[in-house]
Amino acid sequence: MSLMEQIYKEVIVERSRRPKRRGTVDPNTHAQEGLNPSCGDELTLTLRVEEDRVAAAAFEGQGCAISQASADLMAEALEGRTLDEARELAASFRAMLRGEPPAEELGDLQALQGVSKLHARVKCATLPWTTFEGAIQGHQGPIDVDRIDDTLS
Amino acid sequence: MSEVDVVRLRGDFPILTREVHDHPLVYLDHAASSQRPRAVLDAMREHYEMRHANVHRGAHQLSAESTDAYEAARETVARFLGAPNARSLVFVRNATEGLNLLARAWGDANLGPGDEIVVTVAEHHANLVPWQLTAQRTGATIRAVPLGEDHRLDLDAYRGMLSPRTKVVAVAHMSNVLGVVHPVAEIAEAARAVGAVTFVDGAQAAPHLPVDVTALGADAYAVSGHKMLGPTGIGALWVREELLEAMPPFLAGGEMIRTVEIERSTYADIPMRFEAGTPAVAEAVGLAEAVRYLEAVGMDAIWRHDLRLGRAMLERFDELGGVRTFGPRGSDRGGIVPFIVDDVHPHDVATALDAEGIAVRAGHHCAQPLMRALNVQSTVRASTHLTTTDDEIDALITAVRGARDFFAAFA
Repeated sequence: MSLMEQIYKEVIVERSRRPKRRGTVDPNTHAQEGLNPSCGDELTLTLRVEEDRVAAAAFEGQGCAISQASADLMAEALEGRTLDEARELAASFRAMLRGEPPAEELGDLQALQGVSKLHARVKCATLPWTTFEGAIQGHQGPIDVDRIDDTLS
Repeated sequence: MSEVDVVRLRGDFPILTREVHDHPLVYLDHAASSQRPRAVLDAMREHYEMRHANVHRGAHQLSAESTDAYEAARETVARFLGAPNARSLVFVRNATEGLNLLARAWGDANLGPGDEIVVTVAEHHANLVPWQLTAQRTGATIRAVPLGEDHRLDLDAYRGMLSPRTKVVAVAHMSNVLGVVHPVAEIAEAARAVGAVTFVDGAQAAPHLPVDVTALGADAYAVSGHKMLGPTGIGALWVREELLEAMPPFLAGGEMIRTVEIERSTYADIPMRFEAGTPAVAEAVGLAEAVRYLEAVGMDAIWRHDLRLGRAMLERFDELGGVRTFGPRGSDRGGIVPFIVDDVHPHDVATALDAEGIAVRAGHHCAQPLMRALNVQSTVRASTHLTTTDDEIDALITAVRGARDFFAAFA
């Protein structure tokens, strides 16, 4: 399998073109902007958290296929999980992008495993997750993924 | 065929023997940073191994030799830029620092409420954001020259903007995105007619075409060493001598003083007044070697080489279909080509090229206002230099076709 085929799995291109969770959750409990200033990607994540559980998640924004697919798959994966479970999922996702074998709970998110082979693109995949973590921590202002993301450090 | 003997020159650049993702490296990101010939690395190594000491503190032999090498580098760079003398050339960290020096030292001393700073919509952030800070401190306002329909600067709009309120025009000699050489001599002449100075960002032009700051009629000109085969951490700022003489210091500390008391100091003559602290001596030596390397190849020949390759890229992208390029066509357009593949994000295109060992830039290229003017979020950018071969352009076109077809294959 070529490097391109390892990175751009069908589900990634499909989700980037026809996302299932594009939009805004309204009413929402969390709205968080995430930016990747080095490339100009931007993302706004909205969540409705009810009794410590993500009831709904959606995103708006522009970006590459990796960031868009990652946001869409993340929004879908978050729904129904408690915040603790969601944090664990985020940690598993980052571990996968550091090159560790993917945890089973990642499900469809395992499609992004190939991105771990390209350091230059890891932040595209983690932008939605960093934005999510900022949202539930009550981060003030936009999340700057260049500054905050520590997946590779 | 090119008059630049590319095959021979490539042997001087160790990095070009590298492989990336199991492909020979095709380096087409020269506009972001060039690569170094061995001669530059050797000159720096020789300096550190045989000669290094602090400069301008001539108590011992090594210091005297280091000072001589540093000042000889200043002479070399000044001559390369067509500066009338070396004392009007300040070593800085990069073009960005040079432009900040102008905006701070000249700007704060010369601008006030009601004054106007003219920039262009195509400026690199380094020639825009420093002036925004100056405007905030001084109350001056910023006006931006728009692009005309062919992506050249709209010079009629520029002339319409000029008035006695205009105090400074800040313009790039060559656009880092559109690859076009701006008509700086014409721009500077019109500025002079209303009593304004013209400060030029030469970061892209100096590595690629002959520069003569005197003939351009510029009042200041900034370059970055790392874009012209030299090391990182060194750049040069030439400022017209009378202007530089009249400017207050920028950074303060050692080297830039004459006498110091607790309450006040007097300052060194130019250019030392603007070189506080121990300078980048080995880097200056490396930059001078890079300049000699460029001169040996010949700046006219390098420019014709870039011109030919830039034109080839534009024509072949046209033929390819599904690819949109930006910037004008003509003899004022060098080897920088921004492009977009239909329905594929520029970063995904760049990754497809990276997978083939081809290095390009994707993003806003530190020119967000220009991206807005072009109505795009970002582009891919391929850029050539004296080591770029026709085979590398072939590889680029083949890989872009491959990327286009790869993503089109998904339903």
